[in-house]
Amino acid sequence: MSIVEFRNVNKIYNKTTKALTDVSFSVEKGEFVSIIGPSGSGKSTILRCINRLVDATNGKILFNGYDVSYAGKREIRQVRKKIGMIFQHYNLVERLSVIENVLHGRLGHKSTISGMLGYYSEQEKEKAFSIIEKLGLIEQAYKRCDELSGGQKQRVSIARSIMQEPSLILCDEPIASLDPNASKIIMDQLNNINKTMNITCILNLHQVDVAMRYSQRIIGLTSGKIVYDGPPETLTKEKIYDIYQSNEGELITDVG
Amino acid sequence: MLVEKMNINNHLQKDNRSQKQISIFIKRKRIFLITFLIVIVLYAAASIATNYDAIKGLASIPKAIVWITKNLIPNEKSWERLPKILSKLIESSLLSVAVTVCAAACAFPFSLLGTRTVKVNLWIARIVRITAAFFRNVPSVVWAILLLFSFGQNILTGFLALFFTTFGMLTRAFIESIDEVSSNCVEALNAAGATSLQTVFHGIIPSSMPQLVSWILYMIELNIRDSTLIGLLTATGIGAMFDLYYKRMDYGSASLVVIFIVILVIGIELISNKIRKVIM
Repeated sequence: MSIVEFRNVNKIYNKTTKALTDVSFSVEKGEFVSIIGPSGSGKSTILRCINRLVDATNGKILFNGYDVSYAGKREIRQVRKKIGMIFQHYNLVERLSVIENVLHGRLGHKSTISGMLGYYSEQEKEKAFSIIEKLGLIEQAYKRCDELSGGQKQRVSIARSIMQEPSLILCDEPIASLDPNASKIIMDQLNNINKTMNITCILNLHQVDVAMRYSQRIIGLTSGKIVYDGPPETLTKEKIYDIYQSNEGELITDVG
Repeated sequence: MLVEKMNINNHLQKDNRSQKQISIFIKRKRIFLITFLIVIVLYAAASIATNYDAIKGLASIPKAIVWITKNLIPNEKSWERLPKILSKLIESSLLSVAVTVCAAACAFPFSLLGTRTVKVNLWIARIVRITAAFFRNVPSVVWAILLLFSFGQNILTGFLALFFTTFGMLTRAFIESIDEVSSNCVEALNAAGATSLQTVFHGIIPSSMPQLVSWILYMIELNIRDSTLIGLLTATGIGAMFDLYYKRMDYGSASLVVIFIVILVIGIELISNKIRKVIM
């Protein structure tokens, strides 16, 4: 059974701006999928429709066979706690320590009161530390997040999403604000999580070469429509130009 | 032939461009000149309409200075009143702190309902914003006058008058700060399945705390200033003290009151700047 399935999904913002038009695709468990396309083509909207940060206008979105679009508040919470999310700007609580931010991943699994008061069990704390150690942040565990570099912050947000014990991780341009070195560390970590923990990953990427190297499958999006869906091997140059609606020589990938 | 034509074309384009640039500068100068003239005309018209004589006004300044140096410098008698003035000053500033803290405690939960970050309900958010605007835009002096009818001249009237405006101001300021600072991390916490109360305690409070405290400190400063004015009306605190001396024509003591208010306000400002630096 596929873990995520879109059936004829449309999204219209403010009754006029069409973000997604008749989008249909499905992602199997354990896949590593990248979505590429120009800015404003609806990549973020696709990701946010899955965990209902954005409500689709119509169509069906299935997560593990469960139709997300009709979920009430409580059901949305059940869905969200199984889906990790990583953002371009890390979206950490910058003034809190690394370990506190990682433990935030458990909030979805707790009752409102015990989560509010921050009662984490010993097991959860130990798990948080072991994840931090795996991601190479153990020396920063008690540091405030605003003291960290961009790459370190993104690793904290990966740790936070692993803490949720998710079956799916959504990454909204995870390396867009990182230098090439940190970008590689983050992509390797995501790849590693995907392989060793069997967590499905769906990424939005601007870097076509990165998408080609890491993903098993690429979805190309142009103004809200899927124009390519297949393995990176068959994504030819012409198809890339098609996705970005440009001519030869106009893309940064053409340099060199 | 062709090359020549292109050259001429190029020249023409360049000419056009430089002309455009020059005309922008001319335009700017013209706008400046017109604005200047309008201001002059407005000034002249207003002076004529109100019978205001600028030369007479300026000429009276030296006389005013002489009067000030004669009457407004605290004399020995007024220095004797210093302990009394100080105790009233402390009373007024403690009241301001109490008002601001109470108003902040009420404004914080109220402002959460008005933020985009928590997104409780569009209509509730609108009602919150309108209520806050209402409390904020009625000046505290007007609140004091209104409340005088029902509560009479006592300290509770002053407390409530300051409370209402502070509550309105802080609600508005908290909404803006929370939306500005916390929306990113709240989005992430929501995506992880946290409930709204959990996002308030783990996202909004830790991330926006410095901004909120900064606003509270600012309101304390403002309320100490305002409490002087309110005290005139409610016959309490340092305001009443000033009123008393002024009406007795004991100008030295009155000016001592003013001097100590200024010192207090500056002192509070310095302290709160220090606190801000520490908590940021």
